[in-house]
Amino acid sequence: MKPMLTGHADPLDATSEPDTHRAGPAGDGAPGATSGDHPGRPRRSLLDRAVAGPAAADAGRKLNPRTMARNPVMFVVEVGAAGTTFLWLRDLASATAQENIFAGAVTAWLWFTVLFANFAEAMAEGRGKAQAAALRRTRTETVARVRRPGGAIDEVASTALAVGDECVVEAGELIPGDGEVVQGIASVDESAITGESAPVIRESGGDRSAVTGGTRVLSDRIVLRITARAGESFLDRMIALVEGADRQKTPNEIALSILLAGLTIVFLLAVVALQPFAIYSGDPQTIVVLTALLVCLIPTTIGGLLSAIGIAGMDRLVQRNVLATSGRAVEAAGDCSTLLLDKTGTITFGNRRATRMVPAHGVDEADLARAAWLASLADETPEGRSIVDLAADMVADPGQVGPAGVFVPFTAATRMSGVDLADGRQVRKGAADAVQAWATEAGLGFPDEVVTVVGRVADGGGTPLVVADTARVLGVIQLDDVVKPGMRERFDQLRALGIRTVMVTGDNPRTARAIGAEAGVDDVLAEATPEDKLALIRSEQAGGNLVAMTGDGTNDAPALSQADVGVAMNTGTQAAKEAANMIDLDSDPTKLIEIVAIGKQLLVTRGALTTFSIANDVAKYFAIIPAMFVARHPELDRLNIMHLASPRSAILSAVVFNALVIVALIPLALRGVRVRAATAAEVLRHNLLVYGAGGLVAPFVGIKAIDLVINALGVLR
Amino acid sequence: MDAGALLQLMVLGVALAVTVPLLGRWLAAVYDTGQPAPLDRLFLPVEQRLYRWCGIDPDREQRWDAYARSVLMFGLVGIVGLYGLLRLQGHLPLNPTGRSGVGPLVSFNAAVSFVTNTNWQAYAGESTLSHLSQMAGLTVQNFVSAAVGMAVGAAVIRGFARSGSATIGNFWIDTVRSVTRVLLPLSIVLALFLVSQGVIQNLHGLQPVTGIDGTTQVVPGGPVASQIAIKQLGTNGGGFFNANAAHPFENPGPLSNLVQVWAILALPLAFPLAFGRLVGDRRQGRVLLAVMVGLWLTSVLVATYAETGGNSRAPAGVTQAPTTELAGGGWMEGTETRFGAAGCGLWAATTTATSSGSINCQHDSMTAVGGGTAMVNILLGELSPGGVGVGLMGLVVYAVLAVFVAGLMVGRTPEYLGKKIQATEVKLAMLYLLAAPAAILALAAASVVAGPGQAGIANPGPHGLSEVLYAFGSGAGNNGSAFGGLAAGSDWYGITVGLAMLIGRFLLIVPALGLAGSLAAKAKVPVTAGTFPTHTPLFAGLVAGVVLIVAGLTFFPALALGPMLEALQS
Repeated sequence: MKPMLTGHADPLDATSEPDTHRAGPAGDGAPGATSGDHPGRPRRSLLDRAVAGPAAADAGRKLNPRTMARNPVMFVVEVGAAGTTFLWLRDLASATAQENIFAGAVTAWLWFTVLFANFAEAMAEGRGKAQAAALRRTRTETVARVRRPGGAIDEVASTALAVGDECVVEAGELIPGDGEVVQGIASVDESAITGESAPVIRESGGDRSAVTGGTRVLSDRIVLRITARAGESFLDRMIALVEGADRQKTPNEIALSILLAGLTIVFLLAVVALQPFAIYSGDPQTIVVLTALLVCLIPTTIGGLLSAIGIAGMDRLVQRNVLATSGRAVEAAGDCSTLLLDKTGTITFGNRRATRMVPAHGVDEADLARAAWLASLADETPEGRSIVDLAADMVADPGQVGPAGVFVPFTAATRMSGVDLADGRQVRKGAADAVQAWATEAGLGFPDEVVTVVGRVADGGGTPLVVADTARVLGVIQLDDVVKPGMRERFDQLRALGIRTVMVTGDNPRTARAIGAEAGVDDVLAEATPEDKLALIRSEQAGGNLVAMTGDGTNDAPALSQADVGVAMNTGTQAAKEAANMIDLDSDPTKLIEIVAIGKQLLVTRGALTTFSIANDVAKYFAIIPAMFVARHPELDRLNIMHLASPRSAILSAVVFNALVIVALIPLALRGVRVRAATAAEVLRHNLLVYGAGGLVAPFVGIKAIDLVINALGVLR
Repeated sequence: MDAGALLQLMVLGVALAVTVPLLGRWLAAVYDTGQPAPLDRLFLPVEQRLYRWCGIDPDREQRWDAYARSVLMFGLVGIVGLYGLLRLQGHLPLNPTGRSGVGPLVSFNAAVSFVTNTNWQAYAGESTLSHLSQMAGLTVQNFVSAAVGMAVGAAVIRGFARSGSATIGNFWIDTVRSVTRVLLPLSIVLALFLVSQGVIQNLHGLQPVTGIDGTTQVVPGGPVASQIAIKQLGTNGGGFFNANAAHPFENPGPLSNLVQVWAILALPLAFPLAFGRLVGDRRQGRVLLAVMVGLWLTSVLVATYAETGGNSRAPAGVTQAPTTELAGGGWMEGTETRFGAAGCGLWAATTTATSSGSINCQHDSMTAVGGGTAMVNILLGELSPGGVGVGLMGLVVYAVLAVFVAGLMVGRTPEYLGKKIQATEVKLAMLYLLAAPAAILALAAASVVAGPGQAGIANPGPHGLSEVLYAFGSGAGNNGSAFGGLAAGSDWYGITVGLAMLIGRFLLIVPALGLAGSLAAKAKVPVTAGTFPTHTPLFAGLVAGVVLIVAGLTFFPALALGPMLEALQS
């Protein structure tokens, strides 16, 4: 297993399917605290059979004109297809065989164009639906035991629970609804929601009091107060979200739809006006040909894939176990220019770790290590355990406490811990001033160089602990906030994307700056109170920045709701979850960076396919216009630069290409265009080359190839 | 293309390189509402009296809709006034040639034409109009229609320069200042120069003159220089004489020719630089200038190359070889020997790339490629560099569209100069984009199939289609130049081209002002490494590409059956 946080080779590559080795919850310093595949959300290949089958059926159902009218571009195609169908059938008896084959083929491919676009949307929805189905299975109806004010217990169906009801849940029972633990502590299996098999602790008070309906209590007994009505629970919202049932168009999507509708009108004008020009030129065209031209010109590629791109973007978040309450929030994530990141758990491992021991003058380093080991053996805190680990690394035989040894626990009064050995030797470790007081009382000197080292460690952002025994002051243990590996690279990548990172910490400014510099963040908010956070967000927003942050506590709620993208940890309180517009089921604050990448990817994919779609038109003109008029004006064959075999095959080839390109781009629409960590200028140059220049060239090649195939088949002359 | 052609282009280039930056700075100072404007001491007292008389509060700014209403109101008053003047000129003074009132249709067409800065002329000036009509009617409209365009350009600039502002300036102040601080001083200097070159300036009627060969000729007179100066500076283009700048009294020789080309280009090219200064980032202005110059220069080179290269379909025995008598040779049909084929190519490309429309050679007689270049210039939408003020307005709309499409590709909500481009902006930009092609295509399509439209086409076949397309392109683009061969004075074309001019003027200005209003109200997003860069050569290429692709996709089918077919038939 890979160590945590190195699971993604490229954290900004939101294209990759989620890694099975996912990061553990915040503050869990142990490497490999990961689960396998999520039982709730199995990984899906892009064109999963189980999804593709129903999607194909859905594509047909979506032909309902009332559904189609929401997408003006594809609606025009459907109207055109219906029109050519009518004309083809009407003229079936009177037209020549070749005319019928041509009109029939064009008509069929116009219908395919609509169906392919519907299929893309249905595929995107299908992936969500499969997930929703898995979730729905967990939403079984249970019987809740409601504790009435008098103390009586009523049995009530979970669907009939009201907000404020207090329910008693025992080990082995399902939690009947979303709520807050008001009494007791229990371990809860939340795998139904998070996919995480390890149980989590839920207790009354504090930041871990929220429970979700449909999860199971594994041990103990809790009393919870219901906070969501039946049908509006977290699970219900989650199902609605992944199904995309009440999907609203996002602001950028609306703007893009207007552009596409406008372009459709431009081309409608150009094609409608063409007929009078053609009549004037003595070469009137059939409606079938004009419809084919129109459909090829209007931006069907992006028009057909637009909603699939949006649904797939949401789906990518869900695949990463993040729930967004709206597509707007996902889009805003791409726009964020300031990220507020909590130091603890996000930038550094949750706890300080011993990284170095500095012996006092004339003290052997091994002696210091042995003393530190002895003093920390009983220290169950992560800091204490890290000292034991470090000492064990430094000396092979750290020694023995012996049966008669007495451990001295840490107290707030002494601010030291240690051990009293059987031979009378006392070993202590603790804050420098506390140990100094203890040593002075014992009649020991406190060496100057120890004072110096203590100062230096503090200046460097670390925490100094001094070790002493009955005989002398032995030296200093340096505890450091350990910055998670790879953070600097991530921040560099974010900087390249124009995103500023601000580390938020309760540490004093000196320590905060030191850690901030080590991690490579752009700015530091030290000794931060929730009010400071809120003020920082407001001032960033006043300057035109969009701000993203993560939070879990109730006191984070105001900042979460003020931020443009507020991601609440699933382990957090109900208040935090309500205030946020995204919830991370893995409770991994580092994921904010991925969320930003997914938001960007959504926009990049739309822009790239729009550019591609418009650039395609140039080749289609060169295919269709000469074909339309070459019979009457042979000179126009000079515009037939692709040397397409016949006018009919040229027009059909363009129509077929136009339909097939939608299918060819479904994987790209669902997966998203890769977002690179580079400046906007570099990204633009790259994408313009691939999707702009590529969009100009691709149809020349594609239409020519299809024309060759059509003529090899020999049906159309 | 010979040395002479290159030399004239180089001299023009140097003149523009020196003057355009100065004019850009001047314009920025005139339209910067936060600063006292230049020449305040001279003009402010007069202007303030004018505002008092007209009941205008010069300290009150307008929201975009009020600004647009003022534009429309001013246009309506101008059309009615000019129509009345033309109809009544027979009863009015300063009519030495005794011209009677102009007919209702031509009066309507001319009034619309001059108020919309088009200067499409369905009449011959010297045989139709009195001196009063020329001076108080057309010349006045040449000033104020240009000033309206400049005012709108300034308002659009403010949309980007301001943030959190409900208003975009005051139309009356912008218009008055455009006249007094820019057009009037420049016109006086240019008119005096033109007079020095031999352009006439008098109030004579027709005068019999005995030439050196002893024959008697009737020579027209008139206040020509004063009208020609503003006609060129304000990208108006309407000639005093029917022959326009091919007439020796309007454009006597190569030097006056070159200076007039400079005058056509100077202000439209200065606008993007004023834009850069007013939005606080001069690089942004230079990029738009580069787009304008790139498109203009390409068309100049193509047209000059085509005209000086000669016509492959010239009848046998026609000499196109370089000779001094024929000013360097090339295709000389419809071309003045004073200017030559190179002078025709330069002027034709310039007058169609700007919305001037004045001509020094007959575009209808140009080679298929040369004439096609003129038509393409017009169909691009008059933004390379287009009319004074409105050319910049058009290019900025295209820049907004380019930012929107390509800006998504960098993964952020697209923003231009710190302003987010969202649904409202896209909607207004699309309305702007749709208006002119809708007018051109619909009216041209109707003309080629409707009886009265067909009757007005002198040359059937692809050239006839080119003529019709050119006419409506010229009308909707507010250019005013024409391919001949069309019965411009007929009822059908008088009305339809008039309609195209109105649509091409006001249905573009209103959405552009709406865009400015929406942008002015927005806050600015700070620039980061993730910001879509709009000051780079890549962006210049992108905007030019969007202009070409949009026009290409809109007009390719029509062009294929018109000029392309014509060129391929050779």
